[in-house]
Amino acid sequence: MNVIDLLEQEQLKADVPDFRPGDTVKVYSKVVEGGKERTQMFEGVVIVRKGGAIGETITVRRISHGVGVEKSFLVHSPRVEKIEVSKRGIVRRARLYYLSDKIGKAARIKEKKAVR
Amino acid sequence: MKNIIGRKVGMTSVFTADGRYVPVTVIEAGPCVVLQRKTVATDGYESVSLAFADARKNGLTKPLAGRYKKLGLTEKKHVREFRRAIDGAPEVGGTVDVTAFVEGDRVDVVGVSKGHGFAGGIKRHNFHGGGRTHGSMIHRQPASNGDTNSGHTHRGSRRPGHYGVDRTTHQNLEVVRADAERNVLLVRGPVPGAKNGLVMISAAVRPPKSRAAAQGGK
Repeated sequence: MNVIDLLEQEQLKADVPDFRPGDTVKVYSKVVEGGKERTQMFEGVVIVRKGGAIGETITVRRISHGVGVEKSFLVHSPRVEKIEVSKRGIVRRARLYYLSDKIGKAARIKEKKAVR
Repeated sequence: MKNIIGRKVGMTSVFTADGRYVPVTVIEAGPCVVLQRKTVATDGYESVSLAFADARKNGLTKPLAGRYKKLGLTEKKHVREFRRAIDGAPEVGGTVDVTAFVEGDRVDVVGVSKGHGFAGGIKRHNFHGGGRTHGSMIHRQPASNGDTNSGHTHRGSRRPGHYGVDRTTHQNLEVVRADAERNVLLVRGPVPGAKNGLVMISAAVRPPKSRAAAQGGK
């Protein structure tokens, strides 16, 4: 294996859960505030998951105080502590950019019930 | 002493200890062996010649092979001479590896830039070019060569011509990691040349002042 693959491989996280666009996730990331570091949670719908290996990012969207907020995270960044899946959604495309044009009820995503 | 010869492997990105995501060039550097040391007394100036990468059997010219034989060293393909940052260089026959560099060091990287063949002014000199439409008949041409009053073209006028395959130096690149186990050096940002190209790495000749370093590092 070449050196570049090795370097990337060893930085990948093993514990990234299985999730897709449309799922609702909680992202715990470290933020520096006033010289102190703390963990911040951001919960929302994954609207896109792109890039591969070490450069993989997800964009998470939520409505915060009536304002749509989209945040991108590098999945394998050491600053992203943990990603938890809270809901599975049923969507028919890989990039849910249409969500930003919809408001309120129209922006809902059908939830996938666990298959027994 | 902070000089080494390496081979550009390619680029990727890595996370640093403080969580930054930085683009890096991976350079397979060293181990290099010291082939010769020049001194003021014998040569009129000081330098260190390093040799890098094992040569094929019978891969060298006889004169070069003879130098290795005389010193009892394994034959190496590439020899380069360094004239700076040579304080504390090992004696002839000694080796240099990436442990000479540590994270945060500033280095200058010399390589041979990628060849672009015969290139026009836009690619070669960053000319703007003319309009594409609206009747413009000058698209990618150099247009003017300078004033007509003088009656001749000034020396050094920028024209189309061969571009690339030049010795190129990038200064003050940050060492992101020095991996002694794999003999790999990670340098922030791009370095001149194509993949598998030979690069010379030395301590920065003109390191940034501390404030600039603090900004450049983040």
